[in-house]
Parts: sequence; structure tokens; C-alpha cells
Amino acid sequence: MTNRSLMLKLLSAFLVFGAWEIAGRIPISYAFPTFVESMAALARMTFDGSIFHAYGETLKPLIVGVAISTVLGIGLGLWIGLSERFEWLFSPIFIVMQAAPLAALIPLLVMAYGIGLTSKVFVVCIMAMPVIVLSTSSAVRNTPASLKEMATSFLARDHHVLLKIVIPAASPVIFSGLRLGVSAGFIGAILAELKITPTGVGDIITYSRSIADYPSMYAAIFSIIVLAVLFLNLLEKIENLLFKGNDRGYVTD
Amino acid sequence: MSQTNKAFSDARPLDQEIAVSVRGVSKNYGSVVALKDMTLEFPRGQLTSLLGPSGCGKTTLLKIIAGLLKPDSGEIIVNGKPVVGPGPNRSFVFQDFALLPWANVMRNVAFGLELRGVAKSEREAKAAKYIKDVGLGGFEKAYPHELSGGMRQRVGLARALAVDSRVLLLDEPFSAVDEQTRRKFQEDLLALVANENKTFIFVTHSIEEAVYVSDQIAILLPRPSRVSEIIRPTSFRSKGVENIRRDPEYLDIVDEIWASLRSYVE
Ligand SMILES: Nc1ncnc2c1ncn2[C@@H]1O[C@H](COP(=O)(O)OP(=O)(O)OP(=O)(O)O)[C@@H](O)[C@H]1O
Ligand SMILES: [Mg+2]
Repeated sequence: MTNRSLMLKLLSAFLVFGAWEIAGRIPISYAFPTFVESMAALARMTFDGSIFHAYGETLKPLIVGVAISTVLGIGLGLWIGLSERFEWLFSPIFIVMQAAPLAALIPLLVMAYGIGLTSKVFVVCIMAMPVIVLSTSSAVRNTPASLKEMATSFLARDHHVLLKIVIPAASPVIFSGLRLGVSAGFIGAILAELKITPTGVGDIITYSRSIADYPSMYAAIFSIIVLAVLFLNLLEKIENLLFKGNDRGYVTD
Repeated sequence: MSQTNKAFSDARPLDQEIAVSVRGVSKNYGSVVALKDMTLEFPRGQLTSLLGPSGCGKTTLLKIIAGLLKPDSGEIIVNGKPVVGPGPNRSFVFQDFALLPWANVMRNVAFGLELRGVAKSEREAKAAKYIKDVGLGGFEKAYPHELSGGMRQRVGLARALAVDSRVLLLDEPFSAVDEQTRRKFQEDLLALVANENKTFIFVTHSIEEAVYVSDQIAILLPRPSRVSEIIRPTSFRSKGVENIRRDPEYLDIVDEIWASLRSYVE
């Protein structure tokens, strides 16, 4: 069973990379390298250590931003979900944040916080937080009323209801919000490096494009995607570990 | 022998203590009158059915007794004390089971004890006993979605039994099972009433079921919601479960209840 799904994953990766290779060989554009060329560039950057150095830079705002967005986003989401008043106060802010054109906000951020880490963390948070907050709050609001009533009838206190009913019931939606938020955070981190100051992976992309070293540019982009996929898989593992049985469907709905 | 038995059961209503009494309870949902000045008494150690057409306020009454809903007026007395909220002396079996989908049978059954802060080993030992009692031995590690409707219902029953409260409130607990299982459950319920000294308040839609399992049947009628009559079967309860459905009194009571309810169905 697991072998079979692994096989399918490998097959789909093979198809994508094959298509990439063929597209690069035609070539569809002068600026589009083949898969093999890109991998060679990735191997070169790995061996001379430049990619690790770049990620050392890129991961800083990413990790800080994602951590802040997770903690603050889930906290705010729970709060908004549990109280009508806070929904009125905060919900519009996050809906606007989610819809806002980030590129237009970046100059404002730079003006306020300079070109350092703070601005980049902000960009990551703006990208990642709204979806985490909004999905957490809607998940909390949709907690099955019958489960809350059941807990109350068995003498649950408020904190019991929150910890033993609301959070586990909301966790699948919270985690899917987290997955979306984290992917958006990755985009935010790269966007910040492209738009604010070229550092880390954003620097590799900008620099290699300027000297027309397209294999290196695509190698950098490819590595980000791989990292994001690995991270999302890790998140899924954590979810399964924390809330075993939650993927087993709801019987009371 | 049968005569002494009959004399004994005739006398019961008088010397039974009252475990739960509902005094002048009214409840409105906006403009809908769910309960109007309802007064009803539930003798200790017996099973009382609430029987009546849909929408006559059975669930509402049960939830008010449980302390999950506040009545607009009137009061509920349980073991001499007025109800102000949920308490350890009452436990609820929900019509829609209300099991935690992320918890296995063991944790679900032990959930009431978990909320009371009982240590894990102790509560699991207790839960294991009740899981066996309801016939789910071997399913401790199963998750609710792996169980049939009837099995889930039994998990809900075991959870209510595990907290060992004096009063059990059962809201249509056999609605999700097929007729054969239902008969089995009814027999189990009779055994439970006989063995555990608990007060059962049992909501059902089925006239036959109510007459079969009850010491006392309260017929509720809607619009305005009220108790129309209270029936206490006397003779067949002591004759053994196999013979109840053939007993003339059983058949008479079923007919009588149907006669008084049929006008509300059309
Ligand atoms: N939360 C609610 N909000 C508004 N009206 C309600 C609510 N709950 C129940 N009612 C109304 O109160 C009346 C009694 O409802 P209740 O659920 O107690 O009936 P019931 O006797 O349990 O019916 P059934 O046999 O169909 O379960 C119904 O008319 C219903 O429409
Ligand atoms: Mg009901």
C-alpha cells in the first residue's frame, strides 16, 4: 500500500522532470534550461556550499515569520472564533490583509522598518498569517455543538471544552490553514528577497538572471520548491502524531 | 404468589421515593412554546418513558433536567436539590451519540471520568468494565467510524454508565439500530434497570418499546405541550421478559396509548 503510493509519487516526479527536460531541449525559450543542466548547477552550488550559505540567509525571516504567524495566527484565530466581538474587530483586518497587493505594501514596510530582517519578517507574516487566522477562526466556530453539549453534560469546564473538544475538532482545518500559510510564507520570503534587498536564495535568483546563468536560477527555484514540499510533509507528520484518528472522518456530522 | 406480586406493585407508587421531580417547568424558544407548566415525577430506581408526538418537547425536557438548558420558569429537583446546571448525579445518552471521532472507544467511554480528573489507569479499568457490559469487549481500540450505528450507541451508553450517576437520561437511545438489535437492547435495558439501582428517564417514539421497558409511561401531547396521562403497567413486569409481548395488559396498554395519540398524527 505505502509502496504503491511511493511508486506513484516517483512516477509523477519522473513525468514532471521528463517534461521539463524535453521542454528545455526543444527549447521553448532561450532562458529555459533543461532539467539536467539545472541539477548540475544545483550540485555545483551544493558542493561549493553557496546554497547552504544562501539558505542561512533566507531561512531566518522565513522561520521567524512562520513561527510568529503560527503562534499569533492560531491564538488570534481561536480568540476570534470563540468571541463574537473579536470577530467584528479583527476579521476585516485579516480579510483585507489577505486581499492586499503585497508588492504595493513593500515600499511602505521598507520606509517604516528599513531593509533589514524586520521588513522581511513582516512580508512573510503578511503572506502567512491571514489564512491561518481565518481558517482557525472558522474551524472553531464550526465545532459541532453536540460535542460541546456532551462535554458540558459530563461536567467539562471551559478550558476542558477548549482543549478537549474545540481544538481537536478544529485541528484538521487549522492544519490545512497552516499548510496554506506556510506555503504562502515561502513565497513571502522569496518575494522579500527579490523586492527589498537581494540576499540568500533571492540573491542567487537575481544575480544568476543578471548574468544569464539560467541553470543556477532554476536550480535555486527548484530547491525552494523541494524545501517547501519537505516542510509540508513534516507538518503532516506532526499533525498525524498530535491528532491521531482525526483523519478518520467525523461520525457525528 | 401472583396476587402478592400484584399487591406489591400496586403499592409501589406510594412508597417509592421520588428521584427527580419537574415542577411547573415552562420553556419557550422565541415564540414557540416548547414546554408549558409541566409537572412530572420520576420514582427512584425505576424507568419512566416520555412518549409523545414529534415536537412535543421531550428533548427539551430532558435537557432541562440535565441542566443543559435553563427553564423560563419552574424548577427541577433531583434528590432533594434544585438543578442549577449539569451535575454528577445525572448523565446523558445522546440521540446523535456525540462521540469524539478522534478518540477510540476506550477514551470515549472514559471521557466523563477524564473530565472529572480520575487517574488514567483507574478510569480505563472502569471503562473496560462497562465496555464489556454493553457487549463491546475487544473493540476498546476501535475508532467510532469503524463501528456500526448500534455499536456507537452502546459506546454512548457505556460512557453514561461509567460515571456512575444515579439518574440516566436517554434520548431515543435505540433510534439508530435495526429491529432485532433494538429488541436485544430493550432486554438489556430491563436487566440494567433491575440490577443497577438507578433512575432511568427514557425518551422514545415507539409505543411498544415504551410499554415493554417502562415502569411508568408519561404521555406528552403538543400544542400546548402537556402531560396528558401517566400509565403504570402493573401485572406483566414480573412475569419474565419472554412473556411480556403476549400479555393481555401489555396489548391493552399499547392500544390505549395509540388511541389517545392517533389524533395528533393526522
Ligand atoms: N434550539 C431551538 N430553537 C428553537 N426552537 C426549538 C429549539 N429546539 C426545539 N425547538 C422547538 O421546540 C419544540 C420542542 O422541541 P423538542 O426537540 O423538545 O421536541 P421533541 O419532543 O424532542 O421532538 P422529537 O420527538 O421530534 O425529537 C419544537 O416545536 C421545536 O421546534
Ligand atoms: Mg427529540
